[in-house]
Amino acid sequence: MLTLTSEVQIWAHRLPAGVKLAVLAVATTALFRLHGPLPLAAAFGAVAVVSATGGPRFAGQSARILRPLWPFVLMVGLWHLFTRDIAGGAEVILRMTTAVAAANFVTMTTRLADMQRVLEWLCRPLAALGLPPARLALALALVIRFIPVLQDRAGQISAAWSARSARRAGWRTVAPLTAAALDDAAHVADALRARGGSV
Amino acid sequence: MEKNLTHIALFAALIAVLGLVPKIDLIGGVPITAQSMGIMLCGTVLGAKRGALAVLLFLALVAIGLPLLSGGRGGLGVFAGPSVGYLIGFPIAAFVAGLIVERWTTAIGVSAFAGAVVGGIVVLYAFGIPGMAFVMQKSMPEAAAMALPFLPGDLIKSVLAALITQGIARMRPEALLSRA
Repeated sequence: MLTLTSEVQIWAHRLPAGVKLAVLAVATTALFRLHGPLPLAAAFGAVAVVSATGGPRFAGQSARILRPLWPFVLMVGLWHLFTRDIAGGAEVILRMTTAVAAANFVTMTTRLADMQRVLEWLCRPLAALGLPPARLALALALVIRFIPVLQDRAGQISAAWSARSARRAGWRTVAPLTAAALDDAAHVADALRARGGSV
Repeated sequence: MEKNLTHIALFAALIAVLGLVPKIDLIGGVPITAQSMGIMLCGTVLGAKRGALAVLLFLALVAIGLPLLSGGRGGLGVFAGPSVGYLIGFPIAAFVAGLIVERWTTAIGVSAFAGAVVGGIVVLYAFGIPGMAFVMQKSMPEAAAMALPFLPGDLIKSVLAALITQGIARMRPEALLSRA
């Protein structure tokens, strides 16, 4: 499956994931302390420059990954035009876009396996509550493995529906898909037990 | 133990697949994604605890960089964006939906609908709206007004989640863990 990690290798890929996440946490906290359009424009500029150091392709990907934010930017922009508070609107849009872009930068420059290691490290205290790291790792692997399986199943179910009906399948495929997920869960549980049981 | 783990994992995968399914056309051709219905189903089918854990597992995969949110969104950025409140509310919504189905032992369709509405709408909006208000620096009523257009779609999804849960209760009565 595709991850959001950029295939364009840049300098930040070589930094340890934990360092990048710590810097991101500090930077995001600071960002919410900043006020006024100018300091926030500077912060946005800084993230844009950092993204641009990855070259044009990386910068393009960074811009594209921000696309889901546009409706919100438009909404806030129109709102503040309407209330004639342009500076306030600029502040909100810059802060929101900068925070998301900075977080995206970390995601784009960190491999899934490295992120997973950080997640497992963060979840270590949960071992006392009955979630040993091995079980978390198995759960993550199972989800990643079963997304394409369930996707195929969804395709088969709607193909079977289309063979029998001229109407679109729509939500009616969700019940058999849910049943399929329950069946798979039971089978995989049996398989795990047959191979020595719980981790 | 294995059964809990595999159900949680498979339902996390189900939420992802319901977000990847391009769209489900409602009457009038309003496109909605089925992802939030997946959150409701986690609670109504798996029950409070397993449902919430399935949603948490799904969010963990989103956070570490898989584009599993509807529209192919994912990564750490979504947790800094205007939808962050909804993401925080997801596992709690599933938990509440599951709790209602577990505790209110009336006809499964009725309690699943109640669970989907209270968990998937009331609880979810109670987190989502303050999240939007915070990130977009709007007042609560302003943020609530922005969430309002999604209400009809979410009500329809609650009905569908209830129908699907009822269907599961018929097809796989032994697998309906919220009533086990």
